[in-house]
Amino acid sequence: MSIGKSVKRVDAYDKVTGRARYTDDFYEKKYLVAKILHSTIANGRVIRIDTSEAEKIDGVVKIVTCFDVPQNKFPTAGHPWSTDPAHQDVADKQLLTSRVRYYGDDIAAVIAVDEVVAKRALAAIKVEYEEYPFVLDPIEAMQEGAPQLHENFKNNILAHSGYENGNYEEAIKQEGLLCYDKWYSVPTVQHCHIENAGSYAYMENGRIVVVSSTQIPHIVRRVVAQALDIPWGNVRIIKPYIGGGFGNKQDALYEPLNAYLTTLVGGRCVKLELTREETFTCTRVRHAMRFHITTYYRPDGRFVARRLEGFSCQGAYASHGHGVIAKASSAFAQLYNDELATKADVYTVFTNKPAAGAMRAYGIPQITFAMESHVEDIAKSLGMDPVEFRRINMMKEGFYDAFSKNRNYYDSLGECIKKGAAYIDFEKKRKEYTNQTGDIRRGIGMSIFWYNTAVWPISLEASSCRLVLNQDGSVQLQIGETEIGQGADTAFAQMAAYTIGIPFESVHVVSTQDTDITPFGTGAYASRQTYVGGMAIRQSAELLKDKILKQAARIANTEADLLDIENGNIVRQDTGEKLMTVGDVATEALYSMTNAEHITAESTHQCTSNAFSMGCAFAEVEVDIPLGKVKILKLINVHDAGMLINPQLAEAQVHGGMSMSIGYGLYETLQYDQNTGKPLNGNLLDYKLPTTMDHPHLEAQFVEFYEPTSAYGTKALGEPPAVPAAPAIRNAILQATGVGIDEAPMTPHVLFKRFSEEGLIK
Amino acid sequence: MYDISAIYEAKSVSDAVSLRVEHPDAVIIAGGSDVLIKIREGKLSGAELISIYKLDELRGVSMDDDGTIRILPLTSFSHITANPILREHMLVLCEAADKVGGPQIRNIGTIGGNISNGVTSADTASTLHAWDAEVELTGPDGVRRITLREYQVGAGRVDLRPGELLTAILIKKENYEGYFGHYIKYSMRSAMDIATLGCSVNVKLSADKTVFEDVRVAFGVAAPTAIRSHSAELAAKGKPVCEETFMACADAALNDVTPRTSWRATKEFRLQLVHELTLRALRESVRLAGGVL
Repeated sequence: MSIGKSVKRVDAYDKVTGRARYTDDFYEKKYLVAKILHSTIANGRVIRIDTSEAEKIDGVVKIVTCFDVPQNKFPTAGHPWSTDPAHQDVADKQLLTSRVRYYGDDIAAVIAVDEVVAKRALAAIKVEYEEYPFVLDPIEAMQEGAPQLHENFKNNILAHSGYENGNYEEAIKQEGLLCYDKWYSVPTVQHCHIENAGSYAYMENGRIVVVSSTQIPHIVRRVVAQALDIPWGNVRIIKPYIGGGFGNKQDALYEPLNAYLTTLVGGRCVKLELTREETFTCTRVRHAMRFHITTYYRPDGRFVARRLEGFSCQGAYASHGHGVIAKASSAFAQLYNDELATKADVYTVFTNKPAAGAMRAYGIPQITFAMESHVEDIAKSLGMDPVEFRRINMMKEGFYDAFSKNRNYYDSLGECIKKGAAYIDFEKKRKEYTNQTGDIRRGIGMSIFWYNTAVWPISLEASSCRLVLNQDGSVQLQIGETEIGQGADTAFAQMAAYTIGIPFESVHVVSTQDTDITPFGTGAYASRQTYVGGMAIRQSAELLKDKILKQAARIANTEADLLDIENGNIVRQDTGEKLMTVGDVATEALYSMTNAEHITAESTHQCTSNAFSMGCAFAEVEVDIPLGKVKILKLINVHDAGMLINPQLAEAQVHGGMSMSIGYGLYETLQYDQNTGKPLNGNLLDYKLPTTMDHPHLEAQFVEFYEPTSAYGTKALGEPPAVPAAPAIRNAILQATGVGIDEAPMTPHVLFKRFSEEGLIK
Repeated sequence: MYDISAIYEAKSVSDAVSLRVEHPDAVIIAGGSDVLIKIREGKLSGAELISIYKLDELRGVSMDDDGTIRILPLTSFSHITANPILREHMLVLCEAADKVGGPQIRNIGTIGGNISNGVTSADTASTLHAWDAEVELTGPDGVRRITLREYQVGAGRVDLRPGELLTAILIKKENYEGYFGHYIKYSMRSAMDIATLGCSVNVKLSADKTVFEDVRVAFGVAAPTAIRSHSAELAAKGKPVCEETFMACADAALNDVTPRTSWRATKEFRLQLVHELTLRALRESVRLAGGVL
């Protein structure tokens, strides 16, 4: 049995020995280097670009400006395409633009023989702008008279959505209700994958090939073709191993531009690799959001009615757009349930900042920080235990969502909380840490979270898997769902081995996706790999198994339904007698003089479900009040992600998410100059990603409830780990100091200000 | 790829001096952890470089006959931290050097580069300043010796004349004997960071450990260069070892700093740090000196 075991990653040896090939290992000899000229204003128009000095530099091959490129607009979001125009992503991006919308927008590109020449050429290009006023804050951007970024989006509102369950205005009129009303704010942060975004593009037989560090090769193929307005089949995308993506590479970044550049130099190979600084400013960020939450509740703690207003900072281009805060608003109505009414209005607003796109957990870290801060404060005001208070209001076993048709089959939240509380000794520590004095104080806090798996019914959910049987009984597995460091290939191999009945080692995953060869799948996002990909793998594996058994039955002169495959052997179901190996069957089938057959299986599985994936975090902290510093002493995440295919990989996935949430809660924020819109700290020194030394031991635990809608009982685990630590830390700081912080990250700057306001620092 | 127009590899100190005279616009490169960053950022792109990195004669720590500690400038941070002479007499410098960047930077970066780069945040600069360090500069006209304070002319500038090279950092016996110190690097994360404020304090206590015979207080990032706070030192020198003195010293430190609000930190927060870090570094120095808190 190969699932449920911590087998070694299929790519472990190649990765640790440096043999695994990433984009930078794929280049062709004698490639050219492209560099992009970025705008130095936040809003305006390019009037003129003078490239004459730059053209004179020896080694410059081609310079192209915003005035030279095709003017059609294309969408970049890594969403499945919709054949219904009403559901297609907003097409607002150009290869290069004369209409500058943020500081760093792409206005020209240089192709040169090497990087030094390309950089010298960039420095020699002269640009003349017409500058417009700019706006960085989404709420300011919505006001009448604010600078407008795009035509057809009045007041910069990309989209607005909302819902009202019950009648909110009526519900709040009930007698005896208490009310809590607060604003929360969460920052612009970035993914900080180790490998910057980059690609190589060249032409072969009149077609464009792009090798790119992407999560979504099949989607990028479509976007490149749309951007260049060429037939989709004329584009081929190759996705090798990638050094992390976390959603940033769930977007077409510079693949379209690079595909275009190679056509300008006769199809010669062009390398376009971003620097870290460009990755920070010119790829995607997590949406900064502001929330206004109002809760009406009874003195016994029961929520009667709640209201959410949310404002999401989209930045300059639509990218993933409104889907992110829309998902956040779903969590608001589902993590907690109100007795009478829940109302939400959320807006996504263009601003003159880098475009926000997908980032691990897609709106849920944002809303969870706000919601869990809010809930904790109410519990505190009532003098109620935070766990008990949550139990009264949180999603119960049996909950059913009519839209997604998701059902909460178990008391996932309750069981996760039990484990987390036991590990951290919640009750005892909470008592111990009440009423402290002095400069150094400790506290304990917790948070729960809601997530769901994949994107059904909002978007297409389908995956295709191909299995090819070799003579020795091993198989190649190909699937459109991608390995992006999370260990998907290993889990896929475990699943296929289990269903076919062959050893794990007999499954060879073709890790590289090549859109010419790999079956169609939309890639890595929405924590969908084991769930949606798993369905396709099981289906194809069952087809393959049937074919193997049919051949085996022919050879053994018996009936296929009397046979089974166990550990690579064909066995009789009744006696367990081994008749032959799968290899024997494959060899005989391939070389049979009468019944030759290349045994393969390929199928598409359409997924029409979705599953709740929930859990909690508990944090214990020590706060140094005069220095505004927080030290995390203990931290645990507990997840119900269904059954674990590979417990060790699952744990590693949780560790990475917890680390991200520590950064979100305490350290990370991208800052922009209020006078110019220029990024201030878009580099790894000034953007304070926490280091190993800022981490405590990260404890990851699981509750394994079998998910009935899933092929292997699994559900989302890719993104949820990045959600709950930040609010748990916030609530621990609250317990330690009595001060509630309503913004992330809770840096020393913020803590110093708040502790001073509350009189803890004099 | 780095935009470097030429690189000259020095074979000896005198060769380095000749190269400096021959190529007055060339930039000296040792470990490269500052210079390469500036080239990459474009601030020094196209630069000519004189590399002194292979000059082993400029590596190591020794003690002169008169007890002066002689630190040669190419000594890496990790070698500073591990050096037995420094561990015995100036442990705080070992600790300050260990707070620079991460392990890779500490293996490549040199103490000479750290102070010659002229940045106020240099972790070893404030500590060396607090120990009244001097520097030895070798040029075409021979060797001259000035204090570190004189060497630091301004932000990013040091008193290195045409043809000159930093060839030693010196700490006289009277400046370290009997002194105990503590350095606090306040930064936004625990490694791979530059200081928001650095505070280096050292003290010499009376034989009975009840009186401050001497107190030296230095800051990084409180001014364009590393500075000493004479007000803080005066407030504690000759005073009894007690909380009142600690507090008076920390209060006085505020007189000598003029921080500004920037996106990196507000003035108020920086002042809070000056006060709190002075208190803490002073208390810890007293504890190390055997004083009773």
